[in-house]
Formats: sequence, C-alpha cells, structure tokens
Amino acid sequence: MSSEGLSLNPLALLAALGRWAISAVAAVGRMAIFAFGAISHILRPPFYWREIGNAFLNIGWLSLPVVALTAIFTGGALALQIYAGGARFSAEAVVPQIVAIGMVRELGPVLVGLMIAARVTSSIAAEIATMKVTEQIDALVTLSTHPMKYLIAPRVLAGIVTVPLLVGIGDIVGIAGGYAVAVYSLDFNSATYLKNTVNFLESLDVISSLVKGCAFGLIATLMGCFYGMNSGRGAQGVGRATKGSVEAAAILILAANFLLTGVFFSV
Amino acid sequence: MIVMEDIHKAFGSNRVLRGMNLNIETGTSMVIIGGSGTGKSVALKCILGLVTPDKGRILVDGQDASKGDRDAFLARFGMLFQGAALFDSLPVWQNVAFRLLRGSLKRPKAEAYEIAVEKLRRVGLKPDVAERFPAELSGGMQKRVGLARAIAADPEIIFFDEPTTGLDPIMSGVINELIREIVTEMGATAMTITHDMSSVRAIADNVAMLHDGVIQWTGPVAEMDHSGDPYLEQFINGRAEGPIEAVR
Repeated sequence: MSSEGLSLNPLALLAALGRWAISAVAAVGRMAIFAFGAISHILRPPFYWREIGNAFLNIGWLSLPVVALTAIFTGGALALQIYAGGARFSAEAVVPQIVAIGMVRELGPVLVGLMIAARVTSSIAAEIATMKVTEQIDALVTLSTHPMKYLIAPRVLAGIVTVPLLVGIGDIVGIAGGYAVAVYSLDFNSATYLKNTVNFLESLDVISSLVKGCAFGLIATLMGCFYGMNSGRGAQGVGRATKGSVEAAAILILAANFLLTGVFFSV
Repeated sequence: MIVMEDIHKAFGSNRVLRGMNLNIETGTSMVIIGGSGTGKSVALKCILGLVTPDKGRILVDGQDASKGDRDAFLARFGMLFQGAALFDSLPVWQNVAFRLLRGSLKRPKAEAYEIAVEKLRRVGLKPDVAERFPAELSGGMQKRVGLARAIAADPEIIFFDEPTTGLDPIMSGVINELIREIVTEMGATAMTITHDMSSVRAIADNVAMLHDGVIQWTGPVAEMDHSGDPYLEQFINGRAEGPIEAVR
C-alpha cells in the first residue's frame, strides 16, 4: 500500500498544482477582462453623473479625515525615528529631508493606498455583493441599465482621480506632522526646516507619488467591484467577497508600489 | 407570444433545465409551479438574458431573445423580484421611476415623479411613501413598491418571481388580487413563478408544472384539479407520497 501511495502521490501533487495554476491564470484573465470592461465603460456614454458625483464624494471627500490623521501621525513618528536614529552618527539635521522623501516617495502613497483599501475597497465589495445577493444587480439589468456603467465605472473613475489627490494631501499633511514634531519638540528652526524640505524634493518625487496614487486608486476600486460582482450567495458570500477584496487590494498595492518604485528610481 | 424551445441549462454538474418547452400566449397569465430548486427562476432569467441557456431557443413575438437591440427588448418587460430588489440608496419614487429617469424611456423629472406617485397609488400606497427609503418599509409595502416599479413604464410583458413569498396570508391575497387586476387592465402577458397554490388560483389563466428540468404538465387553470397527472396532483395536494421524491 505504501509503495502504491508513493507512486500515486507525485501525480496527485502535480494534478493539484496544475489545477491551482489553471484557476490562478483564469482568475487573472477574468480580472483583466473586468478591468478592461470597467475602463471602456468610463470612456463611453451614457454617463451617470449623479452616480459619479456620489462616488467622488464617498471615495475622495469622505476619505480625507482618515487619510489626514494617518499621514500626520506617520509624519510625526517618522521625524522622531529619524532624529533618534540619526543621533547615533550625528546626523540629526537630515530630519526634514528624510521625512520629505520618505513621505512623498513611499509612506504617503502606500499608507493612503492601504487606508483606501481598508475603507473604500471593503465598502464597495460589501455594497455590490449585497446588491448581487438581493438581486438588485439583476433588477438593474431588467431596467435596461448596465451594471458596469452604473455601478463600476463611476467608482473606478473616482478611484483613479481622487486617490492621487488624497496622496498629495497625505504627503503635505505627513510633512506637516514631521515639521510640527521637529519644530515644537526637537527644537528645529522653522524656516530652515521648510527650506530644506522644499529644496530637497524633486519634481520626480512628486510625480511618482501621484502616479502611484492613480495606480492604487485603480487597484483599490477595481478589487472592490470585482469581488463584489463575483460574490457567492448569502451573508457568507458577502463576507468572503469583502475579505478577499481587501486582501487582494492590499497585496496588489504593495506589489505595484515595488514595481513603480523600480520604474521611477532604478539606478 | 413567448416560446421556449428545448431549453437546457446546467450549473456545473447540476442540470437544472433539461429540454424545457413552453408557449405563453400574448395577453395571458401563465403561472409556473414546481418545487424549490427545480429551475423556475432559471427559466425566467433565461428569457430576460440574465442567464444564458446552454442550448435551445427563446422567441418573443417571433424574435430571437438573444439577438437584436437589448435595450429595446428589455424595455418591453417589467419584473417583480422575489425580495422586491429595491435599490437601498434611492427613495421609493426613484425606485419606481428608475427606468423613466434614464435611458431610452427618459422623461422630465417632474413627470417621472408624477408617474411614480400614480403607480404607487395604483398598488395601494399613499403619496407620502414616495420620499421614504426602502429600508423604512415593511415587506408587504416593499412588494407593492416592486410591483409599482414593474409596471411603471407600462410594459407589454410582466414577470413575477415568487410574489407572495415571506408575506402573511392576508397580504399574499392582497398582492395576488393586485397582480390579477393590473395584468387584466394592462392587457399584459404575465409569467409568474410560485409554489403558493393560492397565488396560482388567483393569478393564472394557464399553469405549467416544472419538474426534473422539463414541463411535466401544462394547461388551463380550470383543468388543473383533474389533470390526471401524478406529478401535478401530488404537488397541488401537498402529498409527501408520489412520483416527486420528498426529502425528509
């Protein structure tokens, strides 16, 4: 029995691996087709302006408090860390430069992206999955309204447009957090701090930050919509869709951040 | 006239429809009965294009349902969903007038509001309901709003999916009467899915019994009680013993 088991196991393992690979490739294909459909519906009329306005409000404006709070505390903590770390080799003066570059190039976009994944992706997935479970998506179709155009396109458009703006605001607020800690707690000179910050930042830093924001906004909203539209039945289906969407969005945001950092800053 | 020819549909290994044939004459009310999970809703969704059949053909007034202008095709239909399927984010009047506020049937907002209020009145709801949200309504009121939405654009064909599920017997009777009245006065073709026999007797001109993925019996509602069909007799009399296997 043991020899039979040993002879079968590699095949079974290979078959399982093959099934996993096929389902993974199929999932990527479905996601790509979905993304293409969403973007094509953004560009083609009719445009549901009310839905677009609501999406901008919910994804952009209402995310501002959480983004600002995350950024200000991160900027402050970053200033404290750099000051303490820099003191080990008498480099305390680099706080403004490192806070600026750290916030704009990395922490601003990534933290805003992850906060959007937590706040927006989960909410989109739960809302659309609930609509699917309660047949509201079917109702939309019977009322001659394309769900991609009415539900998906406005949210994805809002993600692409508002998340870079949120990233820009997050960058500024994060730098302001670092400034406040440095000036009021670490005795930095206010004018020197601001001058060092502005002089050190390059336009490529800001451009990379905003491009990352665009990419993360696209990922966060697409994942919410994709998992919502493909949710299973019942409360469990909605729960799985929500959890899966946030996991996928967070991982894809971090992977995209790595790729984009490589594209912008590879030596 | 709606014609379903040899419709097959499977979900994985589960063959739900296995060659369903059914004709629904224009201006008549057809009720499809059958146990839970026999494919009644799938059949209805196949006609609307919400589910694509694996095989077979559906004709609506001689035109293939899978071809042609989809918007124009769907504009001929109204549908009442099992759970009403009202849009939570919109007030009642915008739910009712949804089709009239966008797309090819778009009207001015004030006119769409007037029509919504009129349709709400037709299903027995007062105008003050118009500004409320679906979550603020009882199950029976939600069904009425769903019914008002289904008839808002005066469709030629109306589908009712389990119209009385989850309602108390009195409210079920009210909804059944409303459906019968509305279908008669609009002269619409109606197709209803239910396993509520009181709905069948109140709504149907004709009845079709779906079992094992095919229509086991179809005929006028008056002939239903003495059809001689063992499947239909077991179903309408609610017997555990018979050709339909009952899981205990």
